[in-house]
Parts: sequence; structure tokens; C-alpha cells
Amino acid sequence: MSARLDRAALTAMRDFERAALETFAPRVFCCSGTGCHATGSIPLIAALREESARQGGAVQVIETGCNGFCALGPVVIMQPGGVLYCKVRAQDAAEVIASAGGRPVERLLYRDPEGNAVAGMDSIPFFALQRPWILRNKGRIDPENIGHAIAHEAYQGLAKALFDMTPEGVVEEVRASGLRGRGGAGFPTGLKWKFAAASPGDVKYVLCNADEGDPGAFMDRSILESDPHAVLEGMLIAAVAIGSRHGYIYCRSEYPLAIHRLTVAIAQARELGLLGENILGSGFSFDLEIYQGAGAFVCGEETALMRSIEGRRGMPVPRPPFPAQQGLWGKPTVLNNVETLAGVGAIIRLGAACHAGVGTEGSTGTKVFALSGDVNNIGLVEVDMGTPLSVLVNDIGGGVPGKRKCKAVQLGGPSGGSIPAHLLDTPVDYEAITKAGAIMGSGGVIVMNDRTCMVDMARFFMDFIQDESCGKCTPCREGTRRQLEILTRICEGKGEPCDLRALEDLAAVITDASLCGLGQTASNPILSALRHFRDEFEAHIAEKRCPAKRCVALLKFEVDESRCRKCGLCFKACPAGAVIWAKKQTARIDREKCVQCLACFQACPFDCID
Amino acid sequence: MNALTPEQLALADAVVAEHRGTPGSLITVLRLCQDIAGHFPPELIERIARGMNLPVAKVYGVVSFYSLFSLEPKGRHQVRVCTGTACYVRGVREVLDRVERRFGVKAGGTCGSGRFSLEPVRCLGACGLAPVMVVDRDVHGGVTPDSACKILEGYE
Repeated sequence: MSARLDRAALTAMRDFERAALETFAPRVFCCSGTGCHATGSIPLIAALREESARQGGAVQVIETGCNGFCALGPVVIMQPGGVLYCKVRAQDAAEVIASAGGRPVERLLYRDPEGNAVAGMDSIPFFALQRPWILRNKGRIDPENIGHAIAHEAYQGLAKALFDMTPEGVVEEVRASGLRGRGGAGFPTGLKWKFAAASPGDVKYVLCNADEGDPGAFMDRSILESDPHAVLEGMLIAAVAIGSRHGYIYCRSEYPLAIHRLTVAIAQARELGLLGENILGSGFSFDLEIYQGAGAFVCGEETALMRSIEGRRGMPVPRPPFPAQQGLWGKPTVLNNVETLAGVGAIIRLGAACHAGVGTEGSTGTKVFALSGDVNNIGLVEVDMGTPLSVLVNDIGGGVPGKRKCKAVQLGGPSGGSIPAHLLDTPVDYEAITKAGAIMGSGGVIVMNDRTCMVDMARFFMDFIQDESCGKCTPCREGTRRQLEILTRICEGKGEPCDLRALEDLAAVITDASLCGLGQTASNPILSALRHFRDEFEAHIAEKRCPAKRCVALLKFEVDESRCRKCGLCFKACPAGAVIWAKKQTARIDREKCVQCLACFQACPFDCID
Repeated sequence: MNALTPEQLALADAVVAEHRGTPGSLITVLRLCQDIAGHFPPELIERIARGMNLPVAKVYGVVSFYSLFSLEPKGRHQVRVCTGTACYVRGVREVLDRVERRFGVKAGGTCGSGRFSLEPVRCLGACGLAPVMVVDRDVHGGVTPDSACKILEGYE
């Protein structure tokens, strides 16, 4: 399979690979993303392969990328039939293989909150309420096998762009689809390409931003791990549109599996003539390489990212000139996020209308979210734009675990904000979310229960921003430090009434005077917390009380005897032996021994420790 | 402890020689050299600067900017604790506190015996497993203060 393909050969290969997949009747798709690796999918896949061989080899075992159902991994899908097994162990391999095409293994099935076993993926709300578009190949293809990707139409969009369309036509199609950059700011992708295409010059660059630094976001990692060819195809189409011959994928070094799969994908694409000189015999040439980041959040900002590829400190520079005119090494450059690029191939292949027809008027298509925090079904989900947040949290996410309540949903990473539980009917749409006080951002959704202190969370985000500020401009470097100091003081019970005013004043200056997006949005977590949870700040300052019982300095570590049910859970949880308790006795805390670790607070189901 | 062996220096020189002519390759060179030496003692920084024909200040500036690069030697085992939002919401602060106390190591430092380097990192992108701790290359999800200490006991 080392021949370079032309268009007809690509289509022939697609048909051949598809037929090959279909003739192999029983197939076991085992998730092999970072999450499932950590829960044991590597030994599981080995065991499944061994068992398949022992049972006659009729069952094909396919290693796939992230399936999205991360918290219940390793996840296995049986085809045909779509039976889903959760938390599969290597010792289950014999039963899993034996069940192919027959009765499912009852004890490995997903259980709904009522405890009923559910066999079909499509009957589980987590999957049924999603619309996979970017993630259409997740759990269906082996990311290290280009044949699988081609069987599922990979590079057909590229072929269409090369042979049936003009570069202007490609830009126009993307513009008409309404696709907006999924990296956070939501700038129209077609417009960005149009500017770069219009810039004069023979050397232009296409960059893919895979520096996913937002805490709580893992969409890009999962896309790269499960469908790397979709990203390569997106970059190729961008290159056709603007007339570029060279590109870079800037990927964080914290994602070794994504880098490995990209490396494999690039090598395979080169071998088939899908990258390099004279692609598909069209005369068009483009090649790309991976550039590994070195751990700096600010490098997700486009001008900083370009400085980093140039081998310098990743510090942003003021715009204009915009990268579309003067970007990497001073040449016209287009930078798109992984998720943006992964959707481009299908838009060209199927036409703009199929994207424009989904979602809301201003925000078309779908959005991938990384759902995590205090929610039952943690994982990767993709829904239509305009879907209410409550569907994401309660229906797909299965609500908050335990007897806790949802307090707020944090969106958009450190530059985002928190949307309180009573506004959960807000639709996911760039404008609606901004109106509710957060931002779409790259798509991290972190659910927080009522034990989350919003002052502490604001402090957490300021700690992050302050740590990651590149230090180039004073408002961001010094201003965020002052904000962090004030928030730390408030959490320690040393807050003063004038502090809230000071936080707001600082926020106004930092927002107005910072050089890049990191500084301009740095105060968002504080402003959003002050907007929706001002009473919590006031309780910390005026009453020296943390309503969520999270700020250690404000806690008394005393058991309220009237509420204590004598269950002893705090006694069992305490690592320091500081809880004094015996059966049918009220617990007491020995302040001498207590190390203030909060274990008793988390263990007490009756909230009776103050 | 800080001195590099001749083999390490030869490997680093080879990396520099391979990338010398490529524009923008400094970060790649630094990454590969750190894999060889573990950290950047001053002699290594000077050697890379000379080899790449760059001012020492520029190389030092890049090394100190990125969190991947370390000027200090590391312990025998690298313990990376994710402090992303999902892990924080799920109680990673308590995990870090307990590990610090139990093994006498400060976040960002190495314990006196050189057994562990404790490095809080920003989001590893494995939020489904929060809180996450990575010891060398082993990912441990859903850790608690107790389980984290137990896991670390297993690394000598």
C-alpha cells in the first residue's frame, strides 16, 4: 500500500476498505484514549486479541481513540448491534469475545440511575442526546490506520476542494457554513481565510493550535487521539484556500499519545501522497510538521504561539499587523483550532448547508464540550449549538453525584465565568453564554456542587492566570498578582469591606490595558463570581464565614451535637486520629491533633461539622 | 551531582549539530537535551548557546520561560499532580497537602532524599479521572489523599 493515490484511487480505496470492514462481521471496538489507558485498556486490548485468536479468530479487535465516556472506561463497543460495555477488565476478555453476535454479558452493561442494565448505545441518554459531527468517527476507527479513516470518507473533502472547486469557492463554502473558530473567540473561519488568501506573498503558513491549555478542556486531545486525519484534512483544505505550502501543528508536550498518533497519521498520509508534492496528482503541494510546546499557557494565544514556533519566548505582540498579513516569520498565516479544522472536511464534502442548518442563527453547527467536575457522566460530548446547558448537565451528564446540588457551571476556562444553577436554561450559543456572564471558550464545562466556594474558585483561577502571565505587560503581571493577594486574604478571613471595590477597579484597568487576550480576560472569573455570588464574598468579609465550608481558615472544626447522627463516617475518614467517636456517641474533634485536611467535612453526609 | 558525563555532553552536542541550521529549533533542542541531562546546569546552557550560535541570555531566557524546562535536578521519580479545575473541584488540594506532609516535599521541589520531585501541573486533559496524579509515566486517576500516599509508597 505504498502507491501514491490519485482521486480515483482514493475513492477505490475508500470502497475497498469499507467493504473489508463490513465483511468482517463481529467486531470489538475498544477505547484506547488517554483516559482508558489509565484505567487499563492496554492490557485489555492484548487480552481481547489473545482471546479472539483462541476462539477461532472470527472476531476482529479494533483499537480506537477516545469514545467520550471517559469516567466508565475502559469502554468496549460490540458491532454489529452497538452493545456497550463499561469498566471492562482484562479478565473479562473471554466473555466479551464469546458474546460477539450473541447474548450480551449482563454484568458489564451500563446501568442507568435506577440500576437497570442498558445494552444499546443509542438507548443511553449520554449518547442518544448527542449529535456527533466533529466526533463522528470516535470509537469507530483505528486512528493509526489510514484505511479506516478513508473508509469513513476522509480526504474526500480535500479531493473535492482540489478538483471541483476554486480556492475562492472553498473560502466561500466555509463562510457560508457559518463556521466560527472553536478555540474560544468565535471568529468566523471563512473570513479569517479570506483575509489570508487576499494577502500577497508566495510563502504562507497554515497553523493548527493544539496547545489546549485551558484547565478542564480535553476536546482537542480527544480529537487528535481518535481522528487525526480529520485535522490533517482540515489543514490541507485551509492550505488550498489560502495558497499555502507549509504548516505546523503546535501541540502541547503534555499530550504524548496525541503527538504519537499525529506522527503516525502524517507518515501514512505522506506515503499515500496526501501530503507532500503533487497531492492526489493535482499539482498542489503541502507538507506539515508537529511542533511541540514546552508548557506555557500563553502560547495558546496566536501571536505568542507563532513566537514560540520561531524558537523564542512565547510572548504576544500587539495587533495589527494581524497574522493574516504578518504572522509566522512575518508571512501571512492562518491559525485555527483543532476542533475548527476537524469539521472542515465534512463541510466541503457535504456542502455548507448541512452545517448552516444545524444550531442557532448566530452559532451554527455543533460544539464539543469536555464535561467534568461534580457530574455523574464525565466525558466528551457533542451537541447542537443552542442546546440548553441543563440538558448537558442533567440529561447527558446525569446530574450531580451524591445528595449534593448543582451550584454553578464554570465555562470557558480561566477567561470564562460561572453560570449559576438557576440560569441553566441558557442555550449554548456564543452570544447567549456571553450574556449570562461566561464565555463559550474552548468548551470546558465544569460542574460545581454546593460544596464549592466561589471565592476560593476565583482565587484558584487568579492563581492560574498569575502563574501563566508571560510578564510582558504590567497590568497583567502586577494587577493579577494584587487580585490574587486580595482573594487569598479574603479566603483566610482577613478580607476588608473595601476589597470588593479594589478587585473591581483592578479588573477594569487590567481588562483595558493588557496587551493580549490572556490579560484582557484575566479578571472574568472574579467579575462573574462577584456578579452571581456577591453574597458569598460578603459572608467571607463581614461575617468571617465560608458558606460552602471550604475555606479552612474560616472553619471552626467543631461538631454540632444537635445535628450529629453518630454515624462515625468522620471518624473513619480522619487521617490524623483527631475525631473522637464510639458507637452511638456524638463525634468530637480534638483540635490538638487536627491537621485541617477537610476529610471529615467531605465525609459527613449531614453537614454537621462547622 | 550537577556535572554532566562525557556521554551526555556528546549526545547533547549531536542534538545541537542536527538542528543547528533549522530556524526556530531552539525549543526542540532544549527539549531533547533535557531528556538527556534531566535538567539544565549552567554548563549545558552555555554549550547549547555556543553550538547554536546564540547569546547565552537568549537560551537562558527561553529555558526560564517554559515550565517544561528545569534548572534544578529532579528526584528519582517525578510526581506530577494535576491542578486543573476539574481536579481542584474534586479535591486535589487535599491530595497535594497530604503528599507534601507525608513525604516532606514542597510542591515544585524535591524531597531531601531525592526520592520524589513533586510538580503540580496545569490540566493534563484527563478530567474524567479527576483528581489525577502521574508518577513517571503511570497515570493514576481518582486519587484520594490516602490512595495517593499508598501509590507513592510503591516507588522507591
